[in-house]
Amino acid sequence: MRFFKNINQSRRTFLLTSATASALFSFVKIAKATSMKAPKTHVMNTSEVAMTVNGQKQNLTLDTRTTLLDALREHLHLTGTKKGCDHGQCGACTVLVNGRRVNSCLSLALQHQGDEIQTIEGLGTPDNMHPMQTAFVKHDGYQCGYCTPGQICSAVATLKEIDEGIPSHVTPDLNGKPQLTNMELRERMSGNICRCGAYSNIAEAITEVAGGKS
Amino acid sequence: MRPFTFARANNTDEAVQSIQTSKRAKFIAGATNLLDLMKLEIEKPDHLVDISHLPLKTIEDTEEGGLRIGALVTNTDLAAHPRIRRDYEVLSRALLAGASGQLRNKATTGGNFLQRTRCPYFYDTNQACNKRDPGSGCGALQGFSRNLAVVGVSKSCIAQHPSDMAVAMRVLDAKLETIDSEGKRRVMGVEELYTLPGDTPHIETILKPNELITSVLLPKPVGGKHIYQKVRDRASYAFALISIAAIIQPDGTGRIAMGGIAPQPWRKNEADALLTKGAKAVVDKLMENAQPTEQNKFKINLAERTLEAVIRESRG
Repeated sequence: MRFFKNINQSRRTFLLTSATASALFSFVKIAKATSMKAPKTHVMNTSEVAMTVNGQKQNLTLDTRTTLLDALREHLHLTGTKKGCDHGQCGACTVLVNGRRVNSCLSLALQHQGDEIQTIEGLGTPDNMHPMQTAFVKHDGYQCGYCTPGQICSAVATLKEIDEGIPSHVTPDLNGKPQLTNMELRERMSGNICRCGAYSNIAEAITEVAGGKS
Repeated sequence: MRPFTFARANNTDEAVQSIQTSKRAKFIAGATNLLDLMKLEIEKPDHLVDISHLPLKTIEDTEEGGLRIGALVTNTDLAAHPRIRRDYEVLSRALLAGASGQLRNKATTGGNFLQRTRCPYFYDTNQACNKRDPGSGCGALQGFSRNLAVVGVSKSCIAQHPSDMAVAMRVLDAKLETIDSEGKRRVMGVEELYTLPGDTPHIETILKPNELITSVLLPKPVGGKHIYQKVRDRASYAFALISIAAIIQPDGTGRIAMGGIAPQPWRKNEADALLTKGAKAVVDKLMENAQPTEQNKFKINLAERTLEAVIRESRG
Protein backbone atom coordinates (compact mmCIF):
# COMPACT_ATOMS: atom_id res chain seq x y z
CA MET A 1 0.00 0.00 0.00
CA ARG A 2 2.91 2.39 0.66
CA PHE A 3 3.62 2.30 -3.04
CA PHE A 4 0.18 3.69 -3.83
CA LYS A 5 0.59 6.48 -1.28
CA ASN A 6 4.01 7.51 -2.54
CA ILE A 7 3.00 7.98 -6.08
CA ASN A 8 -0.19 9.69 -4.93
CA GLN A 9 -2.71 7.94 -7.10
CA SER A 10 -5.82 6.01 -6.28
CA ARG A 11 -5.88 2.24 -6.37
CA ARG A 12 -8.38 2.39 -9.21
CA THR A 13 -6.14 4.66 -11.30
CA PHE A 14 -3.25 2.35 -10.61
CA LEU A 15 -5.23 -0.67 -11.72
CA LEU A 16 -6.37 1.08 -14.87
CA THR A 17 -2.83 2.22 -15.65
CA SER A 18 -1.39 -1.21 -15.09
CA ALA A 19 -4.14 -2.78 -17.17
CA THR A 20 -3.27 -0.43 -20.03
CA ALA A 21 0.41 -1.20 -19.56
CA SER A 22 -0.16 -4.92 -19.66
CA ALA A 23 -2.42 -4.54 -22.68
CA LEU A 24 0.37 -2.67 -24.47
CA PHE A 25 2.87 -5.30 -23.41
CA SER A 26 0.58 -7.99 -24.79
CA PHE A 27 0.32 -6.05 -28.02
CA VAL A 28 4.09 -6.05 -28.38
CA LYS A 29 4.13 -9.78 -27.77
CA ILE A 30 1.49 -10.27 -30.46
CA ALA A 31 3.36 -8.09 -32.92
CA LYS A 32 6.45 -10.21 -32.38
CA ALA A 33 4.54 -13.39 -32.85
CA THR A 34 2.59 -12.40 -35.96
CA SER A 35 5.21 -13.82 -38.27
CA MET A 36 4.47 -17.25 -36.81
CA LYS A 37 0.90 -17.44 -35.59
CA ALA A 38 -0.86 -14.65 -33.72
CA PRO A 39 -2.33 -16.06 -30.52
CA LYS A 40 -5.80 -14.60 -30.28
CA THR A 41 -5.69 -15.07 -26.52
CA HIS A 42 -3.77 -11.84 -25.90
CA VAL A 43 -6.51 -9.62 -27.28
CA MET A 44 -9.25 -8.31 -25.02
CA ASN A 45 -12.52 -9.41 -26.54
CA THR A 46 -15.68 -7.44 -26.01
CA SER A 47 -19.26 -8.21 -26.87
CA GLU A 48 -22.70 -6.68 -26.40
CA VAL A 49 -25.60 -7.86 -24.30
CA ALA A 50 -29.06 -6.46 -23.57
CA MET A 51 -30.89 -7.39 -20.37
CA THR A 52 -33.47 -5.93 -18.03
CA VAL A 53 -32.21 -5.19 -14.53
CA ASN A 54 -34.75 -4.25 -11.87
CA GLY A 55 -37.19 -3.24 -14.59
CA GLN A 56 -34.76 -1.08 -16.55
CA LYS A 57 -33.41 -2.05 -19.98
CA GLN A 58 -29.63 -2.14 -20.03
CA ASN A 59 -27.35 -2.38 -23.08
CA LEU A 60 -23.82 -3.26 -22.10
CA THR A 61 -20.58 -3.74 -23.99
CA LEU A 62 -18.45 -6.03 -21.86
CA ASP A 63 -15.18 -7.93 -21.80
CA THR A 64 -16.37 -11.44 -22.62
CA ARG A 65 -15.03 -12.64 -19.24
CA THR A 66 -17.39 -10.45 -17.21
CA THR A 67 -19.60 -12.41 -14.84
CA LEU A 68 -23.18 -11.35 -14.21
CA LEU A 69 -22.03 -10.39 -10.70
CA ASP A 70 -19.30 -8.06 -11.98
CA ALA A 71 -21.64 -6.57 -14.59
CA LEU A 72 -24.10 -5.70 -11.81
CA ARG A 73 -21.53 -4.35 -9.38
CA GLU A 74 -18.85 -2.77 -11.55
CA HIS A 75 -20.82 -1.67 -14.61
CA LEU A 76 -24.30 -0.93 -13.26
CA HIS A 77 -23.02 0.03 -9.78
CA LEU A 78 -25.63 -2.14 -8.08
CA THR A 79 -23.34 -3.01 -5.19
CA GLY A 80 -26.07 -4.56 -3.03
CA THR A 81 -25.23 -7.94 -4.56
CA LYS A 82 -22.08 -9.14 -2.82
CA LYS A 83 -19.01 -11.04 -3.94
CA GLY A 84 -18.16 -13.65 -1.32
CA CYS A 85 -16.25 -16.66 -2.59
CA ASP A 86 -16.71 -15.95 -6.33
CA HIS A 87 -16.95 -19.74 -6.86
CA GLY A 88 -20.60 -20.58 -6.21
CA GLN A 89 -20.01 -21.89 -2.71
CA CYS A 90 -21.36 -19.13 -0.43
CA GLY A 91 -24.49 -17.69 -2.06
CA ALA A 92 -23.69 -14.01 -1.27
CA CYS A 93 -24.10 -13.19 -4.97
CA THR A 94 -27.59 -14.69 -5.29
CA VAL A 95 -29.91 -12.77 -7.64
CA LEU A 96 -33.13 -13.67 -9.44
CA VAL A 97 -32.96 -14.42 -13.17
CA ASN A 98 -36.39 -14.70 -14.77
CA GLY A 99 -37.75 -15.28 -11.26
CA ARG A 100 -35.32 -18.08 -10.35
CA ARG A 101 -32.41 -17.66 -7.92
CA VAL A 102 -28.90 -18.23 -9.29
CA ASN A 103 -25.30 -17.57 -8.24
CA SER A 104 -24.44 -14.49 -10.31
CA CYS A 105 -20.71 -15.20 -9.88
CA LEU A 106 -21.05 -18.45 -11.85
CA SER A 107 -22.73 -16.93 -14.84
CA LEU A 108 -21.30 -15.00 -17.76
CA ALA A 109 -23.09 -11.69 -18.26
CA LEU A 110 -23.15 -12.31 -22.01
CA GLN A 111 -25.28 -15.41 -21.48
CA HIS A 112 -28.12 -13.26 -20.15
CA GLN A 113 -29.28 -11.74 -23.43
CA GLY A 114 -32.96 -10.90 -23.01
CA ASP A 115 -33.12 -12.03 -19.38
CA GLU A 116 -34.88 -10.23 -16.53
CA ILE A 117 -32.60 -9.80 -13.55
CA GLN A 118 -33.77 -8.76 -10.12
CA THR A 119 -31.30 -7.77 -7.41
CA ILE A 120 -31.76 -6.76 -3.78
CA GLU A 121 -32.14 -3.14 -4.98
CA GLY A 122 -35.09 -4.25 -7.10
CA LEU A 123 -36.86 -6.03 -4.24
CA GLY A 124 -37.25 -2.97 -2.04
CA THR A 125 -35.77 0.33 -0.87
CA PRO A 126 -35.09 1.61 2.66
CA ASP A 127 -38.35 3.60 2.40
CA ASN A 128 -40.36 0.85 0.82
CA MET A 129 -39.00 -2.48 1.98
CA HIS A 130 -39.96 -5.89 0.66
CA PRO A 131 -41.75 -7.94 3.36
CA MET A 132 -38.71 -10.25 3.48
CA GLN A 133 -36.42 -7.29 4.18
CA THR A 134 -38.76 -6.07 6.94
CA ALA A 135 -38.81 -9.55 8.48
CA PHE A 136 -35.01 -9.84 8.42
CA VAL A 137 -34.79 -6.50 10.29
CA LYS A 138 -37.47 -7.51 12.77
CA HIS A 139 -35.92 -10.90 13.55
CA ASP A 140 -32.30 -9.74 13.45
CA GLY A 141 -31.57 -12.11 10.58
CA TYR A 142 -27.94 -10.97 10.27
CA GLN A 143 -24.94 -9.70 12.13
CA CYS A 144 -22.33 -8.27 9.75
CA GLY A 145 -24.86 -8.13 6.91
CA TYR A 146 -22.55 -9.22 4.11
CA CYS A 147 -24.46 -12.38 3.19
CA THR A 148 -27.85 -10.70 3.76
CA PRO A 149 -28.74 -9.50 0.23
CA GLY A 150 -28.05 -13.03 -1.04
CA GLN A 151 -30.00 -14.57 1.84
CA ILE A 152 -33.01 -12.33 1.15
CA CYS A 153 -33.03 -12.96 -2.61
CA SER A 154 -32.65 -16.68 -1.95
CA ALA A 155 -35.43 -16.64 0.66
CA VAL A 156 -37.87 -14.86 -1.67
CA ALA A 157 -37.16 -17.45 -4.38
CA THR A 158 -37.38 -20.33 -1.89
CA LEU A 159 -40.95 -19.44 -0.94
CA LYS A 160 -41.84 -19.22 -4.61
CA GLU A 161 -40.29 -22.66 -5.25
CA ILE A 162 -42.30 -24.19 -2.42
CA ASP A 163 -45.42 -22.46 -3.73
CA GLU A 164 -44.79 -23.88 -7.22
CA GLY A 165 -44.52 -27.37 -5.71
CA ILE A 166 -40.83 -27.89 -6.50
CA PRO A 167 -39.65 -30.67 -4.16
CA SER A 168 -36.43 -30.71 -2.13
CA HIS A 169 -34.09 -33.37 -0.75
CA VAL A 170 -36.11 -33.52 2.50
CA THR A 171 -39.61 -33.55 0.95
CA PRO A 172 -41.06 -36.88 2.18
CA ASP A 173 -43.47 -37.47 -0.71
CA LEU A 174 -42.24 -36.35 -4.13
CA ASN A 175 -45.77 -36.41 -5.52
CA GLY A 176 -47.32 -34.39 -2.69
CA LYS A 177 -47.18 -30.66 -2.13
CA PRO A 178 -44.05 -29.62 -0.22
CA GLN A 179 -44.80 -28.15 3.20
CA LEU A 180 -43.09 -25.16 4.72
CA THR A 181 -41.30 -26.78 7.63
CA ASN A 182 -38.11 -25.73 9.37
CA MET A 183 -36.30 -28.71 7.80
CA GLU A 184 -37.48 -27.68 4.32
CA LEU A 185 -36.22 -24.11 4.87
CA ARG A 186 -32.84 -25.28 6.15
CA GLU A 187 -32.36 -27.67 3.24
CA ARG A 188 -33.48 -25.14 0.63
CA MET A 189 -31.35 -22.34 2.07
CA SER A 190 -28.19 -24.48 2.34
CA GLY A 191 -26.60 -22.67 -0.60
CA ASN A 192 -26.40 -19.47 1.46
CA ILE A 193 -23.67 -19.48 4.07
CA CYS A 194 -23.74 -17.04 7.02
CA ARG A 195 -20.41 -17.05 8.83
CA CYS A 196 -21.90 -15.02 11.71
CA GLY A 197 -24.32 -17.88 12.23
CA ALA A 198 -27.61 -15.97 12.13
CA TYR A 199 -29.36 -19.03 10.71
CA SER A 200 -32.09 -19.48 13.33
CA ASN A 201 -33.16 -15.83 13.02
CA ILE A 202 -33.07 -16.09 9.23
CA ALA A 203 -35.35 -19.13 9.42
CA GLU A 204 -37.74 -17.21 11.72
CA ALA A 205 -37.84 -14.24 9.32
CA ILE A 206 -38.63 -16.47 6.34
CA THR A 207 -41.25 -18.39 8.30
CA GLU A 208 -43.02 -15.17 9.25
CA VAL A 209 -43.19 -14.00 5.65
CA ALA A 210 -44.54 -17.38 4.60
CA GLY A 211 -47.36 -16.84 7.07
CA GLY A 212 -46.39 -19.66 9.36
CA LYS A 213 -45.44 -19.63 13.02
CA SER A 214 -41.77 -19.90 13.89
CA MET B 1 -9.30 -15.84 -16.46
CA ARG B 2 -7.78 -16.17 -19.94
CA PRO B 3 -9.38 -14.10 -22.72
CA PHE B 4 -11.77 -15.81 -25.08
CA THR B 5 -14.09 -14.95 -27.92
CA PHE B 6 -17.80 -15.55 -27.43
CA ALA B 7 -20.53 -16.65 -29.82
CA ARG B 8 -24.19 -17.04 -29.02
CA ALA B 9 -25.71 -19.96 -30.94
CA ASN B 10 -29.38 -19.75 -31.92
CA ASN B 11 -29.70 -23.36 -33.07
CA THR B 12 -27.83 -26.64 -32.92
CA ASP B 13 -26.30 -26.18 -36.39
CA GLU B 14 -24.81 -22.83 -35.46
CA ALA B 15 -23.44 -24.34 -32.25
CA VAL B 16 -21.62 -27.25 -33.90
CA GLN B 17 -20.25 -24.96 -36.62
CA SER B 18 -19.03 -22.31 -34.18
CA ILE B 19 -17.24 -24.94 -32.07
CA GLN B 20 -14.88 -25.45 -35.03
CA THR B 21 -13.55 -21.88 -34.63
CA SER B 22 -10.69 -23.26 -32.55
CA LYS B 23 -9.32 -26.53 -31.22
CA ARG B 24 -9.66 -25.11 -27.72
CA ALA B 25 -13.28 -24.01 -28.16
CA LYS B 26 -15.88 -25.21 -25.67
CA PHE B 27 -19.64 -25.21 -25.34
CA ILE B 28 -21.01 -23.33 -22.35
CA ALA B 29 -24.52 -23.86 -20.95
CA GLY B 30 -25.24 -23.58 -17.19
CA ALA B 31 -21.62 -22.50 -16.65
CA THR B 32 -21.65 -23.63 -13.01
CA ASN B 33 -18.59 -25.86 -13.40
CA LEU B 34 -16.82 -24.56 -16.52
CA LEU B 35 -16.75 -20.90 -15.44
CA ASP B 36 -15.47 -21.90 -11.99
CA LEU B 37 -12.61 -23.84 -13.61
CA MET B 38 -11.91 -20.99 -16.04
CA LYS B 39 -11.45 -18.56 -13.14
CA LEU B 40 -8.82 -20.93 -11.74
CA GLU B 41 -7.26 -21.28 -15.22
CA ILE B 42 -7.74 -25.04 -15.05
CA GLU B 43 -9.96 -24.77 -18.13
CA LYS B 44 -8.53 -22.39 -20.74
CA PRO B 45 -10.86 -22.23 -23.74
CA ASP B 46 -10.07 -19.49 -26.29
CA HIS B 47 -13.59 -19.54 -27.75
CA LEU B 48 -16.92 -20.19 -26.05
CA VAL B 49 -20.08 -21.21 -27.83
CA ASP B 50 -23.07 -20.22 -25.70
CA ILE B 51 -25.65 -22.97 -26.15
CA SER B 52 -27.91 -21.81 -23.32
CA HIS B 53 -30.46 -20.36 -25.76
CA LEU B 54 -30.83 -23.50 -27.91
CA PRO B 55 -34.33 -25.03 -28.02
CA LEU B 56 -33.33 -28.12 -26.03
CA LYS B 57 -35.40 -27.41 -22.93
CA THR B 58 -38.36 -29.75 -23.24
CA ILE B 59 -39.20 -33.16 -21.78
CA GLU B 60 -41.26 -35.28 -24.18
CA ASP B 61 -42.80 -38.75 -24.12
CA THR B 62 -41.18 -41.23 -26.51
CA GLU B 63 -43.07 -43.82 -28.56
CA GLU B 64 -41.48 -46.55 -26.43
CA GLY B 65 -43.14 -45.17 -23.29
CA GLY B 66 -40.01 -43.43 -22.00
CA LEU B 67 -38.87 -39.81 -22.04
CA ARG B 68 -36.63 -37.63 -24.17
CA ILE B 69 -35.05 -34.94 -21.97
CA GLY B 70 -33.55 -31.89 -23.71
CA ALA B 71 -29.90 -31.41 -22.80
CA LEU B 72 -30.63 -27.90 -21.50
CA VAL B 73 -33.41 -28.85 -19.08
CA THR B 74 -32.18 -27.53 -15.72
CA ASN B 75 -31.62 -29.85 -12.77
CA THR B 76 -34.51 -28.12 -10.95
CA ASP B 77 -36.96 -28.57 -13.82
CA LEU B 78 -35.93 -32.19 -14.35
CA ALA B 79 -36.30 -33.07 -10.66
CA ALA B 80 -39.72 -31.39 -10.50
CA HIS B 81 -41.18 -32.84 -13.72
CA PRO B 82 -44.34 -34.82 -12.87
CA ARG B 83 -43.35 -37.93 -14.85
CA ILE B 84 -39.82 -37.97 -13.43
CA ARG B 85 -41.26 -37.71 -9.92
CA ARG B 86 -43.78 -40.45 -10.59
CA ASP B 87 -41.94 -42.97 -12.79
CA TYR B 88 -38.23 -42.23 -12.26
CA GLU B 89 -38.15 -41.18 -8.62
CA VAL B 90 -34.51 -42.23 -8.22
CA LEU B 91 -33.56 -39.49 -10.71
CA SER B 92 -35.52 -36.77 -8.88
CA ARG B 93 -33.99 -37.87 -5.60
CA ALA B 94 -30.45 -37.89 -6.99
CA LEU B 95 -30.84 -34.41 -8.50
CA LEU B 96 -32.29 -32.98 -5.29
CA ALA B 97 -29.43 -34.47 -3.28
CA GLY B 98 -26.92 -32.54 -5.39
CA ALA B 99 -25.59 -28.97 -5.10
CA SER B 100 -27.78 -26.06 -3.91
CA GLY B 101 -31.06 -24.54 -5.08
CA GLN B 102 -29.18 -21.78 -6.91
CA LEU B 103 -26.91 -24.24 -8.74
CA ARG B 104 -29.74 -26.62 -9.68
CA ASN B 105 -31.55 -23.67 -11.27
CA LYS B 106 -28.67 -23.19 -13.71
CA ALA B 107 -27.00 -26.59 -14.08
CA THR B 108 -28.21 -28.51 -17.12
CA THR B 109 -28.86 -32.18 -17.83
CA GLY B 110 -26.13 -32.42 -20.49
CA GLY B 111 -23.61 -30.43 -18.47
CA ASN B 112 -24.16 -32.45 -15.32
CA PHE B 113 -22.77 -35.55 -17.07
CA LEU B 114 -19.64 -33.61 -18.02
CA GLN B 115 -18.76 -31.92 -14.74
CA ARG B 116 -15.15 -32.41 -13.76
CA THR B 117 -13.86 -34.14 -10.63
CA ARG B 118 -13.73 -32.35 -7.27
CA CYS B 119 -10.35 -33.90 -6.43
CA PRO B 120 -8.49 -31.17 -4.47
CA TYR B 121 -5.29 -31.88 -6.40
CA PHE B 122 -7.09 -31.18 -9.67
CA TYR B 123 -8.33 -27.85 -8.28
CA ASP B 124 -5.02 -26.72 -6.76
CA THR B 125 -2.83 -25.61 -9.65
CA ASN B 126 0.28 -25.78 -7.42
CA GLN B 127 -0.11 -29.54 -7.09
CA ALA B 128 0.81 -32.35 -9.47
CA CYS B 129 -2.22 -33.67 -11.36
CA ASN B 130 -2.18 -35.93 -14.41
CA LYS B 131 -5.75 -34.96 -15.25
CA ARG B 132 -5.06 -31.20 -15.31
CA ASP B 133 -1.46 -31.41 -16.52
CA PRO B 134 -0.76 -34.80 -18.14
CA GLY B 135 2.55 -36.29 -17.07
CA SER B 136 2.96 -34.10 -13.97
CA GLY B 137 2.14 -36.92 -11.54
CA CYS B 138 -0.62 -37.45 -8.99
CA GLY B 139 -0.46 -35.63 -5.68
CA ALA B 140 -3.50 -37.47 -4.36
CA LEU B 141 -1.96 -40.97 -4.26
CA GLN B 142 0.20 -40.05 -1.25
CA GLY B 143 -1.94 -37.12 -0.16
CA PHE B 144 -5.39 -36.34 1.19
CA SER B 145 -7.49 -38.94 -0.56
CA ARG B 146 -10.40 -39.43 1.84
CA ASN B 147 -13.02 -38.31 -0.71
CA LEU B 148 -11.46 -39.95 -3.75
CA ALA B 149 -12.15 -43.08 -5.78
CA VAL B 150 -11.35 -46.63 -4.70
CA VAL B 151 -12.21 -48.64 -7.79
CA GLY B 152 -11.68 -48.13 -11.53
CA VAL B 153 -8.62 -46.04 -10.60
CA SER B 154 -5.09 -46.21 -11.99
CA LYS B 155 -1.55 -45.34 -10.91
CA SER B 156 -2.07 -42.02 -12.72
CA CYS B 157 -5.33 -40.91 -11.16
CA ILE B 158 -7.74 -41.70 -8.32
CA ALA B 159 -10.18 -38.84 -8.99
CA GLN B 160 -13.87 -39.55 -8.41
CA HIS B 161 -16.79 -38.50 -10.61
CA PRO B 162 -18.83 -35.99 -8.60
CA SER B 163 -22.27 -36.24 -10.21
CA ASP B 164 -25.34 -37.53 -8.37
CA MET B 165 -27.56 -37.29 -11.46
CA ALA B 166 -25.28 -39.50 -13.57
CA VAL B 167 -25.48 -42.30 -10.98
CA ALA B 168 -29.27 -42.36 -11.26
CA MET B 169 -29.06 -42.10 -15.07
CA ARG B 170 -26.75 -45.13 -15.06
CA VAL B 171 -29.17 -47.23 -13.00
CA LEU B 172 -32.01 -46.17 -15.32
CA ASP B 173 -30.07 -47.29 -18.45
CA ALA B 174 -30.27 -43.75 -19.87
CA LYS B 175 -28.81 -43.00 -23.28
CA LEU B 176 -27.35 -39.77 -24.64
CA GLU B 177 -28.06 -38.40 -28.11
CA THR B 178 -25.37 -36.27 -29.73
CA ILE B 179 -24.64 -34.37 -32.93
CA ASP B 180 -21.22 -33.31 -34.28
CA SER B 181 -19.95 -30.65 -36.69
CA GLU B 182 -20.38 -33.00 -39.67
CA GLY B 183 -24.02 -33.44 -38.73
CA LYS B 184 -23.44 -37.03 -37.60
CA ARG B 185 -25.74 -38.16 -34.81
CA ARG B 186 -25.11 -41.01 -32.41
CA VAL B 187 -26.66 -42.57 -29.33
CA MET B 188 -24.59 -43.90 -26.44
CA GLY B 189 -25.36 -45.41 -23.06
CA VAL B 190 -24.03 -43.72 -19.91
CA GLU B 191 -21.74 -46.75 -19.51
CA GLU B 192 -20.27 -46.01 -22.95
CA LEU B 193 -19.88 -42.27 -22.38
CA TYR B 194 -17.17 -42.44 -19.73
CA THR B 195 -13.66 -43.80 -20.14
CA LEU B 196 -11.49 -45.12 -17.29
CA PRO B 197 -8.42 -43.02 -16.42
CA GLY B 198 -5.68 -45.60 -17.24
CA ASP B 199 -2.64 -43.52 -18.14
CA THR B 200 -4.74 -40.82 -19.86
CA PRO B 201 -6.88 -39.41 -17.03
CA HIS B 202 -7.28 -36.10 -18.90
CA ILE B 203 -9.56 -37.97 -21.32
CA GLU B 204 -12.86 -38.58 -19.52
CA THR B 205 -15.46 -39.36 -22.19
CA ILE B 206 -15.68 -40.68 -25.74
CA LEU B 207 -17.21 -37.37 -26.92
CA LYS B 208 -15.31 -35.58 -29.66
CA PRO B 209 -14.51 -31.88 -29.10
CA ASN B 210 -17.04 -30.93 -31.80
CA GLU B 211 -19.79 -33.18 -30.45
CA LEU B 212 -22.78 -31.78 -28.58
CA ILE B 213 -25.16 -33.66 -26.29
CA THR B 214 -28.66 -32.77 -27.50
CA SER B 215 -30.87 -34.98 -25.33
CA VAL B 216 -31.05 -37.87 -22.90
CA LEU B 217 -33.36 -40.83 -23.43
CA LEU B 218 -34.97 -42.72 -20.59
CA PRO B 219 -36.41 -46.15 -21.41
CA LYS B 220 -39.93 -46.94 -20.29
CA PRO B 221 -40.30 -47.16 -16.50
CA VAL B 222 -39.39 -50.46 -14.85
CA GLY B 223 -41.43 -49.98 -11.67
CA GLY B 224 -39.94 -51.15 -8.39
CA LYS B 225 -38.90 -49.16 -5.37
CA HIS B 226 -36.63 -46.23 -6.25
CA ILE B 227 -34.05 -45.14 -3.67
CA TYR B 228 -31.15 -42.68 -3.79
CA GLN B 229 -29.08 -42.85 -0.64
CA LYS B 230 -26.25 -40.32 -0.32
CA VAL B 231 -23.74 -40.37 2.52
CA ARG B 232 -21.79 -37.15 2.98
CA ASP B 233 -19.89 -35.14 5.58
CA ARG B 234 -22.75 -32.68 6.14
CA ALA B 235 -26.48 -32.99 5.66
CA SER B 236 -26.77 -30.70 2.63
CA TYR B 237 -24.72 -29.10 -0.12
CA ALA B 238 -21.79 -31.54 -0.07
CA PHE B 239 -20.41 -34.12 -2.47
CA ALA B 240 -20.95 -37.81 -1.78
CA LEU B 241 -18.57 -40.05 0.11
CA ILE B 242 -20.81 -42.86 -1.14
CA SER B 243 -24.08 -42.72 -2.99
CA ILE B 244 -26.34 -45.53 -4.13
CA ALA B 245 -29.02 -45.36 -6.78
CA ALA B 246 -31.23 -48.41 -6.50
CA ILE B 247 -34.33 -49.82 -8.15
CA ILE B 248 -35.49 -52.87 -6.22
CA GLN B 249 -38.46 -55.05 -7.23
CA PRO B 250 -40.85 -56.70 -4.76
CA ASP B 251 -39.07 -60.07 -5.22
CA GLY B 252 -35.74 -58.51 -4.11
CA THR B 253 -34.13 -58.45 -7.55
CA GLY B 254 -33.11 -55.16 -9.07
CA ARG B 255 -30.20 -52.96 -10.01
CA ILE B 256 -27.84 -50.62 -8.26
CA ALA B 257 -25.25 -48.03 -9.27
CA MET B 258 -22.79 -46.35 -6.91
CA GLY B 259 -21.36 -42.85 -6.86
CA GLY B 260 -18.40 -41.35 -5.02
CA ILE B 261 -16.27 -44.48 -5.37
CA ALA B 262 -15.08 -44.44 -8.99
CA PRO B 263 -14.14 -42.19 -11.92
CA GLN B 264 -17.63 -42.81 -13.32
CA PRO B 265 -21.01 -44.02 -12.03
CA TRP B 266 -20.22 -47.59 -10.99
CA ARG B 267 -22.50 -50.47 -11.93
CA LYS B 268 -21.96 -54.11 -12.89
CA ASN B 269 -24.59 -56.49 -14.24
CA GLU B 270 -22.94 -59.35 -12.30
CA ALA B 271 -23.38 -57.34 -9.10
CA ASP B 272 -27.04 -56.60 -9.87
CA ALA B 273 -27.59 -60.36 -10.23
CA LEU B 274 -26.39 -60.88 -6.64
CA LEU B 275 -28.88 -58.48 -5.04
CA THR B 276 -31.02 -61.24 -3.53
CA LYS B 277 -27.88 -62.64 -1.84
CA GLY B 278 -27.43 -59.47 0.23
CA ALA B 279 -25.26 -56.38 0.41
CA LYS B 280 -21.91 -58.10 0.97
CA ALA B 281 -22.13 -60.21 -2.18
CA VAL B 282 -23.04 -57.18 -4.28
CA VAL B 283 -20.35 -54.91 -2.84
CA ASP B 284 -17.68 -57.63 -3.15
CA LYS B 285 -18.47 -57.83 -6.86
CA LEU B 286 -18.60 -54.06 -7.35
CA MET B 287 -15.32 -53.59 -5.49
CA GLU B 288 -13.39 -56.29 -7.38
CA ASN B 289 -9.83 -55.08 -8.02
CA ALA B 290 -10.40 -52.02 -5.81
CA GLN B 291 -7.22 -50.11 -5.01
CA PRO B 292 -8.13 -47.92 -2.04
CA THR B 293 -5.65 -45.71 -0.21
CA GLU B 294 -5.13 -45.85 3.54
CA GLN B 295 -7.40 -42.79 3.84
CA ASN B 296 -10.31 -43.95 1.70
CA LYS B 297 -10.49 -47.70 2.33
CA PHE B 298 -13.36 -46.97 4.75
CA LYS B 299 -15.53 -46.48 1.66
CA ILE B 300 -15.62 -50.23 1.06
CA ASN B 301 -17.21 -50.88 4.47
CA LEU B 302 -19.38 -47.80 4.10
CA ALA B 303 -20.63 -49.04 0.72
CA GLU B 304 -21.74 -52.35 2.24
CA ARG B 305 -23.48 -50.70 5.20
CA THR B 306 -25.19 -48.15 2.98
CA LEU B 307 -26.43 -50.89 0.66
CA GLU B 308 -27.71 -52.84 3.70
CA ALA B 309 -29.74 -49.78 4.63
CA VAL B 310 -31.02 -49.38 1.07
CA ILE B 311 -32.14 -53.02 0.86
CA ARG B 312 -33.86 -52.71 4.24
CA GLU B 313 -35.63 -49.53 3.10
CA SER B 314 -36.80 -51.24 -0.09
CA ARG B 315 -38.63 -53.85 1.99
CA GLY B 316 -40.27 -51.29 4.27
